[in-house]
Amino acid sequence: MLERPTAAVRPRRRLPSALPWLLPVAILALWWGSIGLGVFAAYQLPPPPVVLDAAIALAHRGLLWQDIVATAMRVVAGFAIGTSAAIVLGTVTGLSRSVDRAVEPTLQALRAVPTLAWAPLLLLWLGIDEPPKITLVAIGAFFPVYVNLVAGILGVDRKLIEVARVYGLGRSAIARRVVLPASLPSLFTGLRLGLTQSWLFVVVAEFFGASHGLGFRLTDSQQSSRVDLMFVALVCLAVLGKATDMVLRAVEARALRWRDVLGTERAS
Amino acid sequence: MARRARHRARILSTPLRLAGIRKRYDAVSVIGGIDIDVAASEIVAIVGPSGCGKSTLLRLISGLDTEFDGHISIGDREVRGPDRAVGVVFQEPRLFPWLRLDRNIAFGLEDHDSDPAAALVSETLGVVGLAEFAHALPKELSGGMAQRAALARALVTEPQVLLLDEPFSSLDAFTRMKLQDQLLAAWSRYRPTLVFVTHDLDEAVYLADRVILLSDRPARVADILRVAPERPRDRRDPTLLGLRVALLEALHLERSSIVGG
Repeated sequence: MLERPTAAVRPRRRLPSALPWLLPVAILALWWGSIGLGVFAAYQLPPPPVVLDAAIALAHRGLLWQDIVATAMRVVAGFAIGTSAAIVLGTVTGLSRSVDRAVEPTLQALRAVPTLAWAPLLLLWLGIDEPPKITLVAIGAFFPVYVNLVAGILGVDRKLIEVARVYGLGRSAIARRVVLPASLPSLFTGLRLGLTQSWLFVVVAEFFGASHGLGFRLTDSQQSSRVDLMFVALVCLAVLGKATDMVLRAVEARALRWRDVLGTERAS
Repeated sequence: MARRARHRARILSTPLRLAGIRKRYDAVSVIGGIDIDVAASEIVAIVGPSGCGKSTLLRLISGLDTEFDGHISIGDREVRGPDRAVGVVFQEPRLFPWLRLDRNIAFGLEDHDSDPAAALVSETLGVVGLAEFAHALPKELSGGMAQRAALARALVTEPQVLLLDEPFSSLDAFTRMKLQDQLLAAWSRYRPTLVFVTHDLDEAVYLADRVILLSDRPARVADILRVAPERPRDRRDPTLLGLRVALLEALHLERSSIVGG
């Protein structure tokens, strides 16, 4: 309704809420408290200051930054490659019934293979450098984007397509001006799932013979029984995963401002 | 205003002729032979029992469905399939939710990114009283405003034939009457040949020059009523009320002849 004041018309001034911080603080307190009460031994669960010290020491040796950059670069490269391929292939399959029939069964079969099972083969084919790791991340990012985009394209409201047909628009114009914009929400759902998958897969990829990276730091610290360093890696992964998701969410909120759903109202 | 005069001169209203229209869905005959001649700039209402094929007939004229027997001509040109001379307003606004109003209106223009298109769009938005909402998103509009926008989108291409499929049926009575008057105002400006389907008999006799009553499926022309009073009409005009009663009786007859077998 027009009477509803939109965010653009009346900028809302609101104090940043403490609500999202409640749970992390509680977890931190529980973590610290459980050690104090002797529930866990310090070698199983190091207290937060110890983890912080370990992080500082790692940073001083220049290794922390190196790990973060190595892992982040693999995610960025793999995510970019995987999602690009998914967008191209998903658009073509979604729009063309014959391509769909030619490609879809094979892709479904490939999707049925647990992605971890690719890892040994990729190592064999692509060596132990960056290519197999980036490929694994790309595979992880590809499927959620592909599946959601195709579903989005097939789910476009026929009534909107009829409007375009009345104006005599051809197939390619309808695809460009109606079908693709209408499936943008599904694409973003896929992108966000794909990003989560990318972080998952990069850690797995780094388990297999890497010399840097947060996944490598995890296994390496496990072998040397450095639980504090394992926690450093875990916290870094959590922060990086959350940060990239927030970036993607911000892009999504901008691109999908036109949506009339509960989500857009919450975001504004 | 020289610009407006030029604008007017471009519009050539054209008669619409439906000849021997038949339509089947598999084994079911939906339209069983319809001949209708609509004069240039005439307003024709199509009424009939629900499910009789009124909307199907409109889909054939709009070119969304090309599988039918018979001939549809606009002027002396036979058409089958979408045609730039035809504009359509659907039962729902069907605005593109991701486009701001001006872009929605411009959607059907061939040069929809150009400056002349922008001028045409803002002019048309003015005709339907939405000039100040050019940059609103569809979700920010009320139902009546959205349907006015849909009307503007159909008018902006200056169609010689304008088709409306129960355009105001989802609106409240007050908004509906307002939009009926706005439609008449737009019609007197653009003078298209106008065919609309409705189940609202008041709407039919208030807007139309002729009301065509279709029979139950398979649809045929059961009756044609001429609405005499000159425009602007008074909704309380006894002549209109009398026509409404006559239509109601004819409709009832149509329905009972089916039910009675």
